[in-house]
Amino acid sequence: MNIPDIERREHYLNINYGIRSWLFTTDHKRIAWLYLLSVTLFFFIGGIFATLIRLELLTPQGDLVQSETYNKLFTMHGVTMIFFFLIPSIPAVLGNFLVPMMIGARDLAFPRLNLASWYIFILGGAFTLMAAAAGGVDTGWTFYTPYSSIYSNTHVVLTVVGIFITGFSSILTGLNFIVTIHKMRAPGMTWFRLPLFIWAHYATSIIFILGTPVIAITLLLVGLERIFRLGIFDPALGGDPVLFQHLFWFYSHPAVYIMVLPAMGVVSELIACFSRKRIFGYSIVAFASLGIAVIGFLVWGHHMFVSGQSVHAGMVFSFLSMVVAIPSAIKVFNWTATLYKGSISYDAPMLYALGFIGLFTIGGLTGLFLATLGIDVHVHDTYFVIAHFHYIMVGGSVMGYLGGIHFWWPKMTGRRYPESWARLAALIIFIGFHLTFFPQFILGYIGMPRRYHVYPPEFQVLNVMSTAGASILAVGYLLPLTYLIWSLRYGAVAGRNPWGARGLEWQTPSPPPTENFERTPIVTEGAYAYEKDPEEIYPLGKPAHV
Amino acid sequence: MNLGFPLFPEQASTMAARVDVLFYFLVAVTAFFAAVIFFVIVVFAVKYRRRSDDERPRPIEGNFWLEILWSAIPLGLTMVMFVWGAIIYFDMFNPPNDALEISIVGRQWMWKAQHAEGQREINELHVPVGQAVKLTMTSEDVIHDVFLPAFRIKQDVLPGRYTTLWFQATKAGVYPLYCAEYCGTQHSGMLGRVVVLEPAEFEKWLSGGATGMSMVDLGESLFQRFGCITCHRAGGTSQGPSLVGLFGKSVQLQDGKTVTANEDYIRESILEPQAKVVAGYQPIMPTFKGLVSEEAILQLIAYIKSLNAPERKPAQR
Amino acid sequence: MSKVEVFRQHHFEDVEQQHEASWLGMWVFLATEVMFFGGMFACYFVYRHWYLQAFAAASNHLDVLLGGINTAVLICSSFTMALAVHSAETNKRNALIIFLGLTVVLGTVFLGIKFFEYHSKFVEHLVPGSAFAFPGPFERPAEIFFSFYFAMTGMHAVHMIIGIGLLTALIVQARRGRFSAFYHTPVELTGLYWHFVDIVWIFLFPLLYLLGRHV
Repeated sequence: MNIPDIERREHYLNINYGIRSWLFTTDHKRIAWLYLLSVTLFFFIGGIFATLIRLELLTPQGDLVQSETYNKLFTMHGVTMIFFFLIPSIPAVLGNFLVPMMIGARDLAFPRLNLASWYIFILGGAFTLMAAAAGGVDTGWTFYTPYSSIYSNTHVVLTVVGIFITGFSSILTGLNFIVTIHKMRAPGMTWFRLPLFIWAHYATSIIFILGTPVIAITLLLVGLERIFRLGIFDPALGGDPVLFQHLFWFYSHPAVYIMVLPAMGVVSELIACFSRKRIFGYSIVAFASLGIAVIGFLVWGHHMFVSGQSVHAGMVFSFLSMVVAIPSAIKVFNWTATLYKGSISYDAPMLYALGFIGLFTIGGLTGLFLATLGIDVHVHDTYFVIAHFHYIMVGGSVMGYLGGIHFWWPKMTGRRYPESWARLAALIIFIGFHLTFFPQFILGYIGMPRRYHVYPPEFQVLNVMSTAGASILAVGYLLPLTYLIWSLRYGAVAGRNPWGARGLEWQTPSPPPTENFERTPIVTEGAYAYEKDPEEIYPLGKPAHV
Repeated sequence: MNLGFPLFPEQASTMAARVDVLFYFLVAVTAFFAAVIFFVIVVFAVKYRRRSDDERPRPIEGNFWLEILWSAIPLGLTMVMFVWGAIIYFDMFNPPNDALEISIVGRQWMWKAQHAEGQREINELHVPVGQAVKLTMTSEDVIHDVFLPAFRIKQDVLPGRYTTLWFQATKAGVYPLYCAEYCGTQHSGMLGRVVVLEPAEFEKWLSGGATGMSMVDLGESLFQRFGCITCHRAGGTSQGPSLVGLFGKSVQLQDGKTVTANEDYIRESILEPQAKVVAGYQPIMPTFKGLVSEEAILQLIAYIKSLNAPERKPAQR
Repeated sequence: MSKVEVFRQHHFEDVEQQHEASWLGMWVFLATEVMFFGGMFACYFVYRHWYLQAFAAASNHLDVLLGGINTAVLICSSFTMALAVHSAETNKRNALIIFLGLTVVLGTVFLGIKFFEYHSKFVEHLVPGSAFAFPGPFERPAEIFFSFYFAMTGMHAVHMIIGIGLLTALIVQARRGRFSAFYHTPVELTGLYWHFVDIVWIFLFPLLYLLGRHV
């Protein structure tokens, strides 16, 4: 097959052209692309902030930027990366593209709501970028009161309005996923035949809809307090600043599971495909996803062990935080066991998946350090915490995202990316990542606090190591940007199922037609029937309605 | 082995070694499991690498006992971590009764300390070796945090409330104090030094100090200057209850609730006197908000605490 | 194609699936609304626990009569809304339009009374901010009470306004004959939303207005 063949067949990318066909689309696959472009933009914006931070931290003195600017840089880095990259990335890009396809549906339950979600995301992002352009905000992404509600002289209101608006994008996406997964599964697609990617997104959507409204109202109250001097969080007026922390972390802790659960869903798909085996302990892994989502709502106080919270509350939260680690551990063991007696290939998506397991293991275990009360008192608000969450979010979520993008790239574009470059990039990212963040564990334990613009000279060597690693990491991220764009024009044409995977999405052409399936599939097997031929599993279904 | 950077901060308090041992335990567990996972993945990935394109591995559903095993072992290990950490945490929050009391007031972007004897310090804290020290802390503006890495402790410093921190230094020396809760522009400049002296040196330093008025004395003079004594005499008046023997006791309030008369209670009673009116009294106490600084409130608290003791040292003028 | 099929969107297999999906969607949305208001309720309860007397004193400055009338107005509007849904189900187009209209009227009455209340609070210097002045010893906690009063009833009013907008759109569509016994999902879902907004008020009213009566 050659290039003209793709153009001759009608599919979702060429069915119509022009900017209006994209900006007014209700096709979940096109909306996924809209998100892909947006989150990539935000990732690189957040990355520029990170670059400036790491450059400043090469020396103990504050010689690159002034303190006020530095404080804005780490705030904007956190806000951009968390709210505008990590939270939407996998669900809004891969989830939007794949959830209907994996369950055999033609679209999500509410396609117009899906488009509205994207517009809301862009509107929220615009407000936040406006705040950045107007001078930025310097409260930290955590907006602790009373600094954020009274003392800061920066664009707090504009930023919280942006985040408030974007929250609705999350809520609507979660709502869409839940209804779709409940009501639009193809005939025969029972709950326990669903791919684990779907279970992961279902669990994530529960967090979206129950958690996001709380951060919305919390930030709204901070905004109102700033504008009208209300006094809800102001101790001088009888308010309680620690109450803000409870409200904030009630969402923001489950938010980290929003960031990691979808990546775990991706990893399940990749491990299964590149071992050619069903995931070991499928139903346990499915329940573990739900367990993480539920218990994740009960542990927020582990961010507040030294906040003035009572000792007894601290003990309860520490205990529950240990419990929430167990389902994640179970997943790691199940993925590893899947490799046993499998047929393992080393394509780039698999390298990302294996890298995820390794980095997530370290990141998750260092979470136990933070859940352990006696240790957390020492390392809270130090670089140890920064290292921990970057291991999970960058070593985990970003690796999962990249692995998923590479895996489903042929399906989304009809093209293959250059495999050698992809493997090289995965390796560079893995090495650069360790070099950047491992030294930060040490920095934290020896006492370097976080959010420090200037620091005592004894911390310099480790900071230099970390910046050096970051430069390698940056190269690693620029590579996929380059060769993925290159592949759109020059990549080898992909067939229907270049990886030999199972899953309904691989049974349609690459790229798929707008309606996803030529005929509605009828499902008779579980998700990872790698021991059977694809033709055995997918008999012809009834013609799809048009 | 000189790496060019330290791996651990100095161990300079009674807690430090305990925290470090727990830390080593967690490092060992982490290294073990990370190594095991890494090793198993590499072995499997090599041993079971795809040798031909039409390989079709036998499906394996799962193994119930394996799931139990690798759920129970992590749960057991994490429970050990939890209990061990909780015990240390509990001890961190329970200062011994004979602790030396020092007040800390934090504000953007400096630390003010005052010893019971009246010694004031800015961004420095002199303490003796081998003696428990308890810091009672509050902020004048935003949330700060006192972080003493050599002692392995930290605690947020809140506006409108008191938080406490205690330690017992084991080694003379100078150790860093960092603010560890982001508090604005000069957050990273809000540094301090803890100067730990041998007991004899510490006594010398104390007596070499300024005013000679202890916190209790300063508090007593404020108590008279602001007219508190008018309504709060020993024996009480119809306007206000006596404060002798008050500190630490249960107080019955007008609305039926009971509270403990601690530092927060006294501070609130000075600034928001109507919030917790004692049963049997009218809400007529005026507020002193804007008239007393945080340091003054701490001195008043020290004075009121001293009313518990049967007789006081005579004030040194 | 049957009459019903006209309304089926292309990505659903059949009308029943579309209807079920719409229902589940609205319920999930209402769950998010519970969490949204729940955050404010949680804060309110915390401060009420700390400043019970102050909150009771502040609550006494709210007009129970007007609040009570508003409660009755909203309950009636839920009744007219239910009648509207029933009219749609039984194919009575004119009754549907009338009942939707009555619901809009009652909702507007509610908002009018609310506006009047807000105005009188403004005149009495009970709006939090620099102009706030509360007689007696509880000024600071009273300001917190009024912060919650305005935030919670304000959020509620915003939801009412959105609801009235939705109802108006429904009236326009009903007049064009869009709804019938076969298809009236938008009416049902708007009904659900309206009932929810009513229930939020049923919680707000006693917590804000009736607090001082028994303390």
